[in-house]
Amino acid sequence: MMDLRENGPETATEMTDYNFAYLDEQTKRMIRRAILKGLAIPGYQVPFASREMPMPYGWGTGGVQVSAATLTPEDTFKVIDQGADDTTNAVSIRKFFERTAGVATTEETSKASVIQTRHRIPEEPLREDQILVYQVPIPEPLRFLEPSEVETRKMHSLEEYGLMHVKLYEDISRHGAIATAYAYPVKVEGRYVMDPSPIPKFDNPKLEMAAIQLFGAGREQRIYALPPWCRVVSLDFEDYPFEASKADAPCDLCGADDSYLDEVIMDDSGTRMFVCSDTDYCASRRAAGHVGAQGAIEQEGAA
Amino acid sequence: MDADLLRGGFTNAPVDAAHAFRAAMNVMARPGTVETLAGAKPPAPLSVAAGVLLLTLCDPETPVFLAGVHDCAAVRDWITFHVGAPLIGPERSVFAVGGWDDLMPLDRFTIGTPEYPDRSATMIVEEGETPLVNAILRGPGIRSTAAARLPELDAFQRNAALFPLGLDFFFTQGGRVRAVPRTTKVEAA
Repeated sequence: MMDLRENGPETATEMTDYNFAYLDEQTKRMIRRAILKGLAIPGYQVPFASREMPMPYGWGTGGVQVSAATLTPEDTFKVIDQGADDTTNAVSIRKFFERTAGVATTEETSKASVIQTRHRIPEEPLREDQILVYQVPIPEPLRFLEPSEVETRKMHSLEEYGLMHVKLYEDISRHGAIATAYAYPVKVEGRYVMDPSPIPKFDNPKLEMAAIQLFGAGREQRIYALPPWCRVVSLDFEDYPFEASKADAPCDLCGADDSYLDEVIMDDSGTRMFVCSDTDYCASRRAAGHVGAQGAIEQEGAA
Repeated sequence: MDADLLRGGFTNAPVDAAHAFRAAMNVMARPGTVETLAGAKPPAPLSVAAGVLLLTLCDPETPVFLAGVHDCAAVRDWITFHVGAPLIGPERSVFAVGGWDDLMPLDRFTIGTPEYPDRSATMIVEEGETPLVNAILRGPGIRSTAAARLPELDAFQRNAALFPLGLDFFFTQGGRVRAVPRTTKVEAA
């Protein structure tokens, strides 16, 4: 029989348990078409036929499917969950792609070519050659204001976003300020209102970046995207402008005053400390010699 | 059956397609940039880049329209064997392949609906003899401006005016690919 492989059988891949990056090729083509249309219509949610993944909904099945369609064998993959590389969700997704795609993995932001994230944008600015994949629970920014998909789709098509401004206005009238602190709605390229996933609003200004950003919602079966340097404006009012807020303290471990902080309760008497939510950022700062108020104590304790 | 049509597909489909998609995504996300596609050897007049795009993005769910000289037995048979996409007229096609002049008029292709603007055709324009004009590109994916050579300006200006509806274009020549999505604003250089 003639050999149809131009390069002969020696280049044939080894037989493995799964197809490269788990998903079958037809599923990847479907997801890839959705990603391309998403990039061509920034902020618009492209419906896709989300597959059942070997993890429950809410564990990043949308992000995992987008990553699977995006990864190549040469990629270095990083996964963060609320900024941390070492939480259950991040560890299990990283292991999943180590096994099914054989990709290298890293915890260092600068060494990763594809980063899957749940609810944070890394502190370190991303480069042109990096891709950020978001796990999205509810992709529809209008969903909590209008439960009907038929209605919200119509609202997007008519650019009817008054309801969202009413919601932000009610925030102000009730709390004296826009109280929305995460999943803060943005307008993309002056057209679609988009949910940036539940990132803290501190991260919103970083949405205009050099890297390609892809958003995957598995249960809700939507993919959307932001091309590099896409115009992303957080919704606000002239007299109540958008403010990217964070806890008013430096990190207790590395002393950074420019990073988003987690508040950690230390004991039953209410002692608390603030630490960087981005574990790689904090660790690399400490490695470079930066020490926060309680950083030295921790080092002594560890020794 | 001609045995030649059985040749020229991906050697290692999952990996070849993954590399090809990254290049296709990069050019669609950054209008004006050029990437190289490899891994397929389609029959003439289909370019390597167009062949790779079809293998990477098309399957039995995506009707393909072949325009002009591309609508020949060799290409039809190759697509049917390697891709499995139905070959169809322009109106209901999801992907269209051909030279710029052969793809005209563009208003035959579907541009999506206000509620589903993603249900629009993707053009794979084979750069051939058509003379190109210099253009300046602005829009998402471009930090300030980008330079590109396009077959004309009017068609892209009209297409951008349809946003969020409209067509998205890949341009292929040999193994090279670049793209102009509907969001790109085109001006004379």
